[in-house]
Amino acid sequence: MNLRVIWALVLRYIFLYTRNPVRLVEMVFWPVVDLLVWGNLTLFLQRNTTQEFGNYILFLLGAMILWDIMFRAQQGVAISFLEDVWTRNLLNIFVAPVRTSEYLGATFAVGVLRIMVTGVVLGTIAWFGYAFNVFILEWWLVPFFLNLMLFGWSLGMISTALILRWGQAAESLAWAVPFFIQPAVAVFYPVADMPAWSQPVAWAFPATYIFEGMREVMRTGTMNLTLLAQAFTLNLIYLAAAGGLFLWILRLTRKRGLLTKFATQ
Amino acid sequence: MSATDTREVILEARELTREFDGVKALDRFSFQLHRGEILGLLGANGAGKTTAMNCMLGLTLPTSGDLFAFGKTLEAHRIEILKKTNFSSAYVSLPGNLKVWQNLIVFAQIYGVKNPKKKIAELLELLEVAHLKDRVTGQLSAGESTRVNLCKAFLNDPELLMLDEPTASLDPDIADKVRKVVRKVQSDRNIGILYTSHNMRDIEEVCDRVIFLHKGKIVAEGTPDQIVQKFSENSLEDVFIKIARSGDLEA
Repeated sequence: MNLRVIWALVLRYIFLYTRNPVRLVEMVFWPVVDLLVWGNLTLFLQRNTTQEFGNYILFLLGAMILWDIMFRAQQGVAISFLEDVWTRNLLNIFVAPVRTSEYLGATFAVGVLRIMVTGVVLGTIAWFGYAFNVFILEWWLVPFFLNLMLFGWSLGMISTALILRWGQAAESLAWAVPFFIQPAVAVFYPVADMPAWSQPVAWAFPATYIFEGMREVMRTGTMNLTLLAQAFTLNLIYLAAAGGLFLWILRLTRKRGLLTKFATQ
Repeated sequence: MSATDTREVILEARELTREFDGVKALDRFSFQLHRGEILGLLGANGAGKTTAMNCMLGLTLPTSGDLFAFGKTLEAHRIEILKKTNFSSAYVSLPGNLKVWQNLIVFAQIYGVKNPKKKIAELLELLEVAHLKDRVTGQLSAGESTRVNLCKAFLNDPELLMLDEPTASLDPDIADKVRKVVRKVQSDRNIGILYTSHNMRDIEEVCDRVIFLHKGKIVAEGTPDQIVQKFSENSLEDVFIKIARSGDLEA
């Protein structure tokens, strides 16, 4: 893997987002809107429930910020690919000496940059607007961040593979895929409060372990390391499966001649 | 194929076939491109030119047959070959939302060009688009866009260049300039160029040798003059029309 090639592909996005300030605003707009909605809901519930519950529901803000990390990581992969489709640049990339691993590596890096920008903005607004300090999670923030990012990358590769296979008609999957699983990964509620039939489904996703772990840290100040290990193990499986799916679909697309039709539409 | 051409073969297809839903877009297509040669690929719409080029760029996998570049199989040595290759097409753009110099810097980095800023400045001068370097790529005219795409195509000093209709939608003045630049770069650097076009003047002025495709098969091959003589026509365009309309002819 050549870091210079990955840097070149990332540089493209740095140019894109710094050239047009509207792009930067677009990147933070929806996360800020979400944060304001959840933050105001939290305030309302705090004022109208017992003090114990009021303290407890601060996890809603933490969940929203962590969910955004996963979402941005997925978007980094999918939107990077779609940018090449929209600008009819995909063939230029595929006929350049760019390995698939380098292309994916660049999309992962773009996701990290997006997370850093939105993370700083959200953390700042949460602190000043709602007295919520995301560092309440202390050093656990690091493995939480990493695991959610890994799962976001897997979802990104899956959505990109689906778009490769079905073309621009499947473009909405770039945004929809994370929301297909949001109800299942216990973002805003504990798994124990989900219907019994859906709990095994929840535990099939690495993100569920992170959100459960987040609530545990906020409640008790300690982290169940088994949850973290399970999340990481599942993430390795998902990454391998998503990467395999992407490579298989890419080869299928080349075999069926779909890449050229798709890239010049 | 010329049996007497002793120059290095830098691109070769052997019995290349590509089928789509039972229809053969390429049918046992074989040819060689030599270093220092410009080979024109002609044919009516749907003859197989673009399919051939897509196979040679690795964008589409052939159904059967073999492809070699610089003596190596394309699929197994793809990255190594692409480092020495480049491509420009009238139908493929650089990202329209970046400035010209930004797009070229990105590709210069991808190809590992030494002194990228100097190289880009030289190419922009050569293609007479230096005044456009700070323009947003999406705002360029067709002629300007083609020349900027050619700057990208020349960035890595490729040994093998594939040009897909490089003068499509260009006015005669700009088309003539593009042809001259292509000839100059080819002769200065002794590179091999595969050139597709519907513009017969392009082919006659630029190409050393021409292959006519019809329904995925080669129906004529040789220098432009040889082909005109062989078909007893007055011009390459007349040969093109004859083949496109009656088609089932042998080379």
